[in-house]
Amino acid sequence: MKVDQSPLDKPIRVINIGLESFAEDLRNADIPVIQMDWRPPAGGDLKLIALLDRLAKEA
Amino acid sequence: MSINEANKNCLQRIQESTALWSDIRPAKEVIPGMSKRTVLHAGPPVAWENMCGPMRGSITGACIYEGWARTPEEVAELATSGELEFDSSHHRHAIGPMSGIITPSMEVNVVTNTVHNIETYSTLYMGIGKVLRHGAFDDEVLAKLRWMNENLAPLLKAALLRAGGIDLKSLVAQAVQMGDELHNRNKASNALLLTSLVQHLIAVGDKAAVIEAIDFIDKAGHFILNAVMAGAKGMLDAGSNVKDSTIVTALARNGYETGIRVSGLGDTWFTAPAPMIEGVYFPGFGPEDANPDMGDSAITETVGLGSFAMAGAPAVVEYIGGTAQFAMETTLRMYEITAGEHETFKLPPVNFRGTPLGIDIRKVVETGITPVINTGIACKRPGVGQIGAGLTAAPIECFTQALDAFANRNEP
Repeated sequence: MKVDQSPLDKPIRVINIGLESFAEDLRNADIPVIQMDWRPPAGGDLKLIALLDRLAKEA
Repeated sequence: MSINEANKNCLQRIQESTALWSDIRPAKEVIPGMSKRTVLHAGPPVAWENMCGPMRGSITGACIYEGWARTPEEVAELATSGELEFDSSHHRHAIGPMSGIITPSMEVNVVTNTVHNIETYSTLYMGIGKVLRHGAFDDEVLAKLRWMNENLAPLLKAALLRAGGIDLKSLVAQAVQMGDELHNRNKASNALLLTSLVQHLIAVGDKAAVIEAIDFIDKAGHFILNAVMAGAKGMLDAGSNVKDSTIVTALARNGYETGIRVSGLGDTWFTAPAPMIEGVYFPGFGPEDANPDMGDSAITETVGLGSFAMAGAPAVVEYIGGTAQFAMETTLRMYEITAGEHETFKLPPVNFRGTPLGIDIRKVVETGITPVINTGIACKRPGVGQIGAGLTAAPIECFTQALDAFANRNEP
């Protein structure tokens, strides 16, 4: 890719993972976007993540 | 054994199970440990002082039916003085919708898992509206209970024996492809049941009694539910106590708490306060009248039916609320938290994919997706009956507690 080219020079389509407000901003700018329903494992609870990691070793 | 291998073993035992509805017998003759004053209830164990209004109403009706008391006050006296032996039906291979009350004289369906030699039990389904399981106990309800046990049960028993039993698993597999989910939509399964039984009823009964029985089963709408629940319990009991398995083998509510049991954690219950139900109310009722979630009927979800099979039963949303798209999305979401797919219950709208089977506590905690349950809504005041239907979800706390216990299960 040439230095003076940017991927944002061409039409883009976006998959948004995480905060839906980001997707809303893109929709408002008429940029095609799909919202992916993602959340951190165990809601981000570190104790539960540690338990899941322990059990992953037994999987 | 690894967890995944244990889960595979657990699921295999559930998948290969059968459910033959073969008999109807008095509870005291077949349910283990049924003493003279045993009162079995739905959900995890709960003390009288914590029992909700509908459950107390059901117990009142049952005690009056048994001849142990004449008034609610006398029943309360029996309960508080320790005269009644309360226990969870799940502990006795038994099961029941809503309050799920079973007492010694009640006739129960006997369903056998012939592969694993497990017998399970449930009372006969009374119908909709003002019924015992919703806490109603007036003379009309007790008269109906008496008729069911003294007239309907013997006729049905004779028909079942003549038929050599009804293969519930096969019937359910057909119904799932006819728009039923076997929890709150049983139009096809109830009709298939009648089709299976009618010739045998005619052969064993007099005309008037047979007409009355067919009319009752038809108008009850969900008559097959209790037998299917017993069949589901027999399948899940076969998958219980598999060492190192994280599969949920019981998900049950008593109107006070919701509880789960996990295959690799024995008989321990993991409980949390029972949630309220979001749904559609009958005219004249609203959320202020509703009881928290109650009943053993979530056994259907636990075995891959109910909400888990909603993609094949979009018409159920007319009863519980929502859209056909939501019904599809619910089933698709449940695949995220299960370890397998049913080999017998297949859903045409999902390209005949098997229903989600084997709720895995690891996946529930990791994704935050909890099992969705579609269910009836009982009035919190005893004696009123069902006031609506809707959706709820098992509390995440049941699964986080279970995960913690599982991770530490080998600690001394």
